[in-house]
Amino acid sequence: MNFIYDLHRTMMAQKLILVYQGDFTQETTKSILAMAERNLDSSGEESSTKRKVFNVMVEALQNIVKHSSERGLKAGSLISQSAIFMISKNDNQYCVLTGNPIPKNQVPNLTKNLEHLNSQDKEGLKEMYKAIIKNTEISEKGGAGLGFVDMARKSGEKLEFSFASMDDDYDFFCLKVNIAREKE
Amino acid sequence: MEILNLEGTEDTPKIILNKQNGIFEISGRSLPEDSAEFYRPVLEWIGKYAAEANPTTEFVFKLEYFNTASSKLILDVLSALEDIKGMKILWYFHEDDEDMEEAGEEFSELVEIPFEFKTY
Repeated sequence: MNFIYDLHRTMMAQKLILVYQGDFTQETTKSILAMAERNLDSSGEESSTKRKVFNVMVEALQNIVKHSSERGLKAGSLISQSAIFMISKNDNQYCVLTGNPIPKNQVPNLTKNLEHLNSQDKEGLKEMYKAIIKNTEISEKGGAGLGFVDMARKSGEKLEFSFASMDDDYDFFCLKVNIAREKE
Repeated sequence: MEILNLEGTEDTPKIILNKQNGIFEISGRSLPEDSAEFYRPVLEWIGKYAAEANPTTEFVFKLEYFNTASSKLILDVLSALEDIKGMKILWYFHEDDEDMEEAGEEFSELVEIPFEFKTY
């Protein structure tokens, strides 16, 4: 049973205030948002910080929901389709952290898109947002292709990401979005 | 003309579209699972209204939060309103919500409708 204490210590060390692992749907998204919102409210967080964290959480969660509907994992695989969502908080910032499996063949494209985003300044991100919203159609999965752009804009910092190999076909996509805490 | 009246929920906005009383308002939170499906009746209603619009229309957006999938549909709503004569958008934002103010400014740059910005 040592893992319970280990997990607890890891969460304390990483300053995690919320961890959810499992299936992601719109219903779980709403529950997680409600829980996180209560936490932000009760800690008396500045409303502008609160709004930005909420914003990034929604886009991060809905990204996972959209992609977890993808099938194709091998039967009997130890790798499940489940994803993880976390929020950490320290004196200076909140971090919205997500991890979910993605097919290896999507990694190069995703990497390219995220690196392109990270090369943009505030004005560049704004122009990207306007260009995409004007020209895009809502995809079958309900996405507008704006989620990462919006997260980058709300964060004001680079999106941190990495990929861990799960098996021959899948990587685990890890994303960290920082949101600075506004000080009075 | 029939009235469109949708109660707000934790992930969908409150919507009132009432030609007789001249009330046109979308308010609250918008992060539905399927934004295209959610906004379809709104776009249909505006399509009908366009054919018999009041001489002037003040369309109120008073959103606390919307996700990116909704932002695309909000642009679709604005584009549908664009061709209606006497149209004006009242874009409300909380006084310390710069992001919502900026979102309104961006929308105003994407359509040819006068915007008036108001705080609450």
